Amino acid sequence: MEREEIKDKLAEIIKPYVQDMEAFGNISEATDLLQDLKINSAHLIDVVLDVEEAFDIEIDDDSVEKMITVKDSVDTIFASVDSAA
Amino acid sequence: MNNRVVVTGLGVVAPNATGLENFRSAIRAGKSGIEKIPLLGDLKFSCQIAGIPDVSEELKHQYFDELTVKVLKSTGIIYGCIAGIDAWKDAGFDVSSDNEIDWDSGCVFGSGLTGVDALRDAIYGVDALKVRRLGSRIVEQTMASGISAYMGGILGLGNQVTTNSSACSTGSEAITMCYDRIKSGKAKRMLAGSCDSEGPYIWGGFDSMRVLNRKNNETPEKGSSPMSEEASGFVPGAGGGALVLEELDSALSRGAKIYGEIIGTAVNSGGQRGEGSMTAPNPDGVKRCIRQAIDSSGISPNDIDAICGHLTSTMGDVIEVDNWSKALGRKGDDFPHINSLKSMIGHCLAGAGSIECVAALLQLEGGFFHSSINSENIHPEIEKVISKNKIPHSLMETTNFEVIAKSSFGFGDVNCCIIFKKWNNK
Repeated sequence: MEREEIKDKLAEIIKPYVQDMEAFGNISEATDLLQDLKINSAHLIDVVLDVEEAFDIEIDDDSVEKMITVKDSVDTIFASVDSAA
Repeated sequence: MNNRVVVTGLGVVAPNATGLENFRSAIRAGKSGIEKIPLLGDLKFSCQIAGIPDVSEELKHQYFDELTVKVLKSTGIIYGCIAGIDAWKDAGFDVSSDNEIDWDSGCVFGSGLTGVDALRDAIYGVDALKVRRLGSRIVEQTMASGISAYMGGILGLGNQVTTNSSACSTGSEAITMCYDRIKSGKAKRMLAGSCDSEGPYIWGGFDSMRVLNRKNNETPEKGSSPMSEEASGFVPGAGGGALVLEELDSALSRGAKIYGEIIGTAVNSGGQRGEGSMTAPNPDGVKRCIRQAIDSSGISPNDIDAICGHLTSTMGDVIEVDNWSKALGRKGDDFPHINSLKSMIGHCLAGAGSIECVAALLQLEGGFFHSSINSENIHPEIEKVISKNKIPHSLMETTNFEVIAKSSFGFGDVNCCIIFKKWNNK
């Protein structure tokens, strides 16, 4: 799976959790999930669960903590999808 | 401090209507919200009828964001939040996430077993070794205070935010707690309410106890018949009700609409002694509770024009009417008018008290008294105590009632009584 494809799929997953839709409209790899998109930190775990389901992967706790920006998240998913494949 | 407390906002989600105006029309029309529930038959329930509010997906989206609609399994929280938001708006306040926090406003919002469906999912998840997949939204739905936690966040409340639970007296008890808080000067406004979810996991225990109606599965609208000879068990229901209680000067300074004044309350327990038990009220406790509420109101028992009873459509109705008669020292033609909203909506358990208090205030303010439907064949033991014409079989259009008393009783032998007085601009 290509990075760009992962990024688009990730954006669809996080959309319902986003509380700043303007920031979501300008989403880039540098976008911070909590700071920029104002996702409730407690809901980040739900994003991870949705990502796991959508990509059929499992993300370990250490990787979850590193998912701060869109880039971090795509990297994590990319690595998992890659190793699963 | 001895502040006067008035009611300035109402909201309701009931089996026979959602929203205050629909509810007003429904209770005026004597509309039943009891239906046959095929699921209960599939699950081999003896009672297969119930009262479940009609809340569409579209309506949910008017009150919750997309994500919350998706994850909310607790219907009780949905009903409670809709009722609470409606009551807050009805009182003239904005509901917006941008609101400044209001340190003078709080809520006591009671619940019973609202989170059972979310809990069921959690239990299946845990047992399937998938605890890490439960997600972040289970705790807020399964904790007892889920409803007040939701309410506090939606409205931006900065005063006490808590949940009470006292079985079927929960809703009325919440009102007494809010009343005390405002009366003593600890808050200016309190959202008082209660809610309960529907479903087989909540009602199964009652079905097994044989306290539910099992004779009207093919005639659901006749199933709840408080005070009648046919009363053979209550019909389970679900829903939520909410009232904005406000310190009188605050209400007056805002020019708020006032539905009525709360002039006295009482809560107590019969201690499960004497004739009292886990499930039956000790008449000494009930009578004492009613008298305490009247004493605290500074009125005479003769001033009570009407009673909105607890009256569940069981053999307990006979005992309740007798307790009222003895507590007030009034019988026969001298007894106040009395009705039971449960005749239309069944018994909404923890949600009952608040929904029924919303109805009591609509009747007090609107000058009408609703029909206690399905009570045409009055129980002979009740007819020995009060005159037949005290139970309305059709809408009493013009009443001019000044004082209405509301009672709620619950498992655990707990009692609650509230005295509402019409607001006459003084």
